[in-house]
Amino acid sequence: MSTVRVLFVLLGAVAVGSALLVVTTRQIVHAALWLVVTLGALAGCFLLLTAEFVAWVQVLIYVGAVVVLLLFALMLTRAPTRPDPAARTPNAWFAAVVAAAVAGVLVTTLVAGFSGAVIDLDRAEIGGARVTGGAVFSTWVLPFEVLSVLLLAALVGAIVLSRRDVPNRPRDAEAARDTEPARDADDRERSSS
Amino acid sequence: MNGMAQPDNASYYATYTTVLTVILVGVAFAAAAFGANRLLRPTRPTREKLLTYESGVDPVGEGWAQTHVRYYVFAYLYVVFAVDAIYLFPWATVFAAPGFGWVTLVEMFVFLGFIAVGLLYAWRKGVLTWT
Repeated sequence: MSTVRVLFVLLGAVAVGSALLVVTTRQIVHAALWLVVTLGALAGCFLLLTAEFVAWVQVLIYVGAVVVLLLFALMLTRAPTRPDPAARTPNAWFAAVVAAAVAGVLVTTLVAGFSGAVIDLDRAEIGGARVTGGAVFSTWVLPFEVLSVLLLAALVGAIVLSRRDVPNRPRDAEAARDTEPARDADDRERSSS
Repeated sequence: MNGMAQPDNASYYATYTTVLTVILVGVAFAAAAFGANRLLRPTRPTREKLLTYESGVDPVGEGWAQTHVRYYVFAYLYVVFAVDAIYLFPWATVFAAPGFGWVTLVEMFVFLGFIAVGLLYAWRKGVLTWT
């Protein structure tokens, strides 16, 4: 099992390194792509810890769907998607303090909750779909149903925010004219400037 | 829970060793193909050759563009149904097992019902019609 340990440490290093690149890169699109590496390395870690189903959910949902959502959100913002020196904000130190505080809370919670827990990888039950389903539909039914309400709320929120029949901002009216985003290069330049 | 702890997880790791091997062979194949290409091909770049190919017309402006906000809903619908579908897999493996049965079936349809309300809302607001 020492191979598993070595791979786990390597994947952990990849995850931490690419996570640092996510927050330090100047190009905001590259940050989203480095996030793919981070989440993929985490999926590898889950796989090594025999959490098979969680690992593939990580790949499908986070690498597949959430990062796509993030890229869409980046393409919608007025914030420039090209490299920009203004992407460096004077609030960076404050963000670092908040990040350190959040990390502190998370590490404290983990240590308090699981400090003595050891997973024997030789004998651990493989966390496939059947095992996960057994846990979700016998013990964790309420969180599962609450999740559907959360998805519903977020979907309704996204529709309300992006409705185009209420042009309450002048920018919407201007953007509504641009029905096809890639219609021609002149339009593209105008809308990005 | 179904099934007791496996006596040994060696077969689990052996399965994923095969997956890892396939991934490594794939990466090596692509790297070798592109590497050989780079070594063998003549390289005489000119300014025109290095331009981005855009249907034979010289590209104007930049590649970065702002898109319309309504495309965000399509991306979001994809996320919602990906999360939705991912829960169907564990559900499908257990709902017929002893100890689950009708209650589990109803639980899943409550979940799907909430999602369906969201889809109904999207449909009524005309988000799903292509304009």
